[in-house]
Amino acid sequence: MAGVAMTETLLEIRGMSKSFGALKASDDVSLDLKQGEIHALIGPNGAGKSTLIAQIAGSLRPDSGEVWLEGHNVTHQDAVARAKAGLGRTFQISSLAMEDTVLQNAMLGALGARRRVPGLWRPVMRDSDLRATAMEALREVGLEEFAHFRTADLSHGQRRQLEVAVALTLRPHVFLMDEPMAGLGAEGSAILVEFLRNLKSHAPILLVEHDMDAVFQLADRISVLVYGRIIATGTPSEIRANAQVREAYLGEEDEE
Amino acid sequence: MRRETLINTILTLGLLAVPLVAWAMDETYAITLATEVVILALAGVGLNLALGLGGLVSLGHAMFFGIGGYAAGILASHAQSYDPIMEWPFLIEGTQSMPVIWLLAIVASALVALATGALSLRTSGVYFIMITLAFGQMFYYFTISWPAYGGEDGLSIYVRDRFPGLNTLDPIQFFGLCFVLLMVCLFIVARLSRSGFGLALNAARQNETRVRAVGIEPYRLRLMAFVISGAITGLAGALYADLNRFVSPVMFSWHTSGEIMVFVILGGVARLFGPVAGAALFIILEEALDGVSDYWHIYLGALLLIVVLFARGGLIGLLAGRNGGGGHD
Ligand SMILES: Nc1ncnc2c1ncn2[C@@H]1O[C@H](COP(=O)(O)OP(=O)(O)OP(=O)(O)O)[C@@H](O)[C@H]1O
Ligand SMILES: [Mg+2]
Repeated sequence: MAGVAMTETLLEIRGMSKSFGALKASDDVSLDLKQGEIHALIGPNGAGKSTLIAQIAGSLRPDSGEVWLEGHNVTHQDAVARAKAGLGRTFQISSLAMEDTVLQNAMLGALGARRRVPGLWRPVMRDSDLRATAMEALREVGLEEFAHFRTADLSHGQRRQLEVAVALTLRPHVFLMDEPMAGLGAEGSAILVEFLRNLKSHAPILLVEHDMDAVFQLADRISVLVYGRIIATGTPSEIRANAQVREAYLGEEDEE
Repeated sequence: MRRETLINTILTLGLLAVPLVAWAMDETYAITLATEVVILALAGVGLNLALGLGGLVSLGHAMFFGIGGYAAGILASHAQSYDPIMEWPFLIEGTQSMPVIWLLAIVASALVALATGALSLRTSGVYFIMITLAFGQMFYYFTISWPAYGGEDGLSIYVRDRFPGLNTLDPIQFFGLCFVLLMVCLFIVARLSRSGFGLALNAARQNETRVRAVGIEPYRLRLMAFVISGAITGLAGALYADLNRFVSPVMFSWHTSGEIMVFVILGGVARLFGPVAGAALFIILEEALDGVSDYWHIYLGALLLIVVLFARGGLIGLLAGRNGGGGHD
């Protein structure tokens, strides 16, 4: 049973295109995400990675193409419906309720994970189930001690961690993570790398990341996006060996 | 005790003490003023749910205030003239019973809030302000041009509506009734803002994208908030009609919407007791400055400017300091 599940495709993007005026941000992109894997999406600044994530999550409408989630065509569903269907997303630029506490942000995720209209009467912060889910997620990313901090008072890196924690509370079937390591520092990145390595067995991760060390440590597969096009998809060693990729992207990094 | 809780308690006790002392001293006018504070505060409590927690800058809340007022006025006028509102397909008679009037005021303003909210909440920012303003003005011009209920001249309620077991003509008893309703609505709003709904609504005000990403639709939360908000302001309108024993199209005017918003801003947006503090300050200023100068609104304007620029939390914020928003501790 587990062997079968390992090869199951949970997320599939077919022929997705999106233009901003003359700029092709997504150019006939197809990729998939299988059970249990981390599929890294790399590419230079402005390649269209975040634009692609937004289209998968449903917050940006593609010009053409389809998104399939667990065998269902969700192309015409909005971001709310896709979140309910099991897509958990973290944003490149932290997108949190800044005046609320860290715990409240995590509780909001846990509330959403119930997939029903939030109750009007019972005090939510005293809901022990929600609280447990939220605290558990905060513990996993190492924010437990900051639970009662105002989110606006967190450091940049801590906000990135909270992004991940909120996504965890959703218990999604698929994770979309847009540069979760950005701004974390060496130590923070190392912790998150370990964490994501374990997380992928719960739900596969489409991971956008600039930190090449993290990518090559974590990814089962890598796709390289340049000018909105996927120029290569393969295992880390295949990507490392790919001449076109080295020229278009990795080569620049070697020279730094 | 949290500092804000302490301030709220003091405000509540003060609001009770003033009319009681006035009653002991036979100062009817002061009781009436305190009643006015309570009713205007209630209108603000309604708006504060939409404005403070939901971030919905509605300039149309006079619409609900007016609907509540006219619900009282129309029902009472039919009861006074023994002329049923309609006879076919079924008989509906006027009434002077406050509970029935309140229920009608609440239901009617909730329904109008549902309809106008469903449309206006599809917009945001300045467009939302303008569209709520436009809805309010529609009602204003409609009542002016509707001769059946007094048109521009308004409607008089000759005898104050009744409440079982009370003599509502006695100012202190009418005050007590209004005060209890204010407390009940404050309790309801406090519960709402601490609920899951309140958490999500408050988050949607700060970051709509975040709320969508966890699978919650902000539009629904806002519509719910707008409906409850309208219903509370509608109830306040019905009480206001009984306080003055008179309703007129002015209740619907954008000027009224602005005043309700002034109570909220003066007292503290998103603070539970903000509208109470704001309405009290407003009436005190009106009483104190009206004698001094005919142009007291200029001073009010200056005060408002100072609050908006330098004291975002209004009077409550000034006294209690910053809060986390939404009353979640
Ligand atoms: N709403 C928009 N309107 C116009 N152009 C846009 C819009 N969003 C993105 N772009 C452009 O599309 C291109 C792709 O942007 P995107 O943010 O997806 O890149 P990215 O690969 O995520 O880059 P980075 O690594 O810097 O995060 C960029 O040139 C960007 O300026
Ligand atoms: Mg990006």
